[in-house]
Amino acid sequence: MTEAPHIVTEETVLSFARGHRLQHDRVRDVWIVQAPEKAFVIEGAAPHILRLLDGKRSVGDIIQQLAIEFSAPREVIAKDVLALLSELTEKNVLHT
Amino acid sequence: MTLPSPPMSLLAELTHRCPLSCPYCSNPLELERKAAELDTASWTAVLEQAAELGVLQVHFSGGEPMARPDLVELVSVAQKLNLYSNLITSGVLLDEPKLEALDRAGLDHIQLSFQDVTEAGAERIGGLKGAQARKIAAARLIRASGIPMTLNFVVHRENVARIPEMFALARELGAGRVEIAHTQYYGWGLKNRDALLPSRDQLEESTRAVEAERAKGGLSIDYVTPDYHADRPKPCMGGWGQRFVNVTPSGRVLPCHAAEIIPDVAFPNVKDVTLSEIWNLSPLFNMFRGTDWMPEPCRSCERKERDWGGCRCQALALTGNAANTDPVCSLSPFHNLVEKAATGVPEKPELLYRRF
Repeated sequence: MTEAPHIVTEETVLSFARGHRLQHDRVRDVWIVQAPEKAFVIEGAAPHILRLLDGKRSVGDIIQQLAIEFSAPREVIAKDVLALLSELTEKNVLHT
Repeated sequence: MTLPSPPMSLLAELTHRCPLSCPYCSNPLELERKAAELDTASWTAVLEQAAELGVLQVHFSGGEPMARPDLVELVSVAQKLNLYSNLITSGVLLDEPKLEALDRAGLDHIQLSFQDVTEAGAERIGGLKGAQARKIAAARLIRASGIPMTLNFVVHRENVARIPEMFALARELGAGRVEIAHTQYYGWGLKNRDALLPSRDQLEESTRAVEAERAKGGLSIDYVTPDYHADRPKPCMGGWGQRFVNVTPSGRVLPCHAAEIIPDVAFPNVKDVTLSEIWNLSPLFNMFRGTDWMPEPCRSCERKERDWGGCRCQALALTGNAANTDPVCSLSPFHNLVEKAATGVPEKPELLYRRF
């Protein structure tokens, strides 16, 4: 299988790059991603997607699980998940 | 009353002791001695109170934080509290066993400082023979450990032309991030301003070098400009008492590392009061918080919630009053002081090195 680097597909297996993690900020009650010398708030579907990253599940598995959990059409979920994970992979927050 | 929003970051200045003696050191002119330093239990309490208050990241700094034998223990405390831990170090005290211990304790990131790319330039600023080789060795150990690394270069008139080589070194050593920070002119930096401040041409050249490197990709770059050549002030610390809290080696709590020069106000200490009380209620943290304290031209300025009036310490150091508009702003009646320093052609003064 040939793939261009940084392109996330349903077969890709991702995890957080070292120095990055998902964290619930209980004082502000928001989800954040911790990164080198910064932390950024993530909202909407993003925390639900990122909490499923474990370095074992494929992106397709994550889409499947969210489609069931939220009773939403798979293609709608897939679009959001691929967009978010591609963006964070480009930024080296996630890696394969 | 509504409480201010909690701080995001804690700068924990564990010690002012350091093997280097850089003439732009961000520590105050009055350095705190070892005997005055907080003990491990007090720092542990500071970390616990910081996490409770809402701090997300702790930056272990100094001086040289690796001069503290309890650094590994404190990193481990931060890890248990889910605080993101960053070690800001010169690297000259780092060896493999110490790095392994920090790694096991859960250290998240290291910011490693370099004074220059040449040995002569580095020794002229840091004052420590052999430091450059030790830093390079430290960078290779960090790279091998997998802990994410930022290289930090403070730039000034003498080394600013070598920014392209600084990026090349960062790529060679495998750093994910580079910080090119023009010297900030407070404390020791202000004392050495006439020897360190780059010309406008040098500043423009350095900005071009940073942009050229950004265009290559693959390296995350933080660039901090010197505000002496600017017309509008920087949002110093993201606003007084809004995002950052600084604890000095002896436990004083400050809105920024230079704030001890502010006159006529008490500096609260974690030995007497909790971090939360200090952040929320102390006169020090409330004196320049928000916009109510502002004089004109800030008060009616549309930028007042963007730059927060600039830097209080700079206003004090250059105009004699911390409540004045930062004189970097061209609307300040004192702006000519900054222009004069920025455009004057000083003789080449001797560097004054930091010392106790």
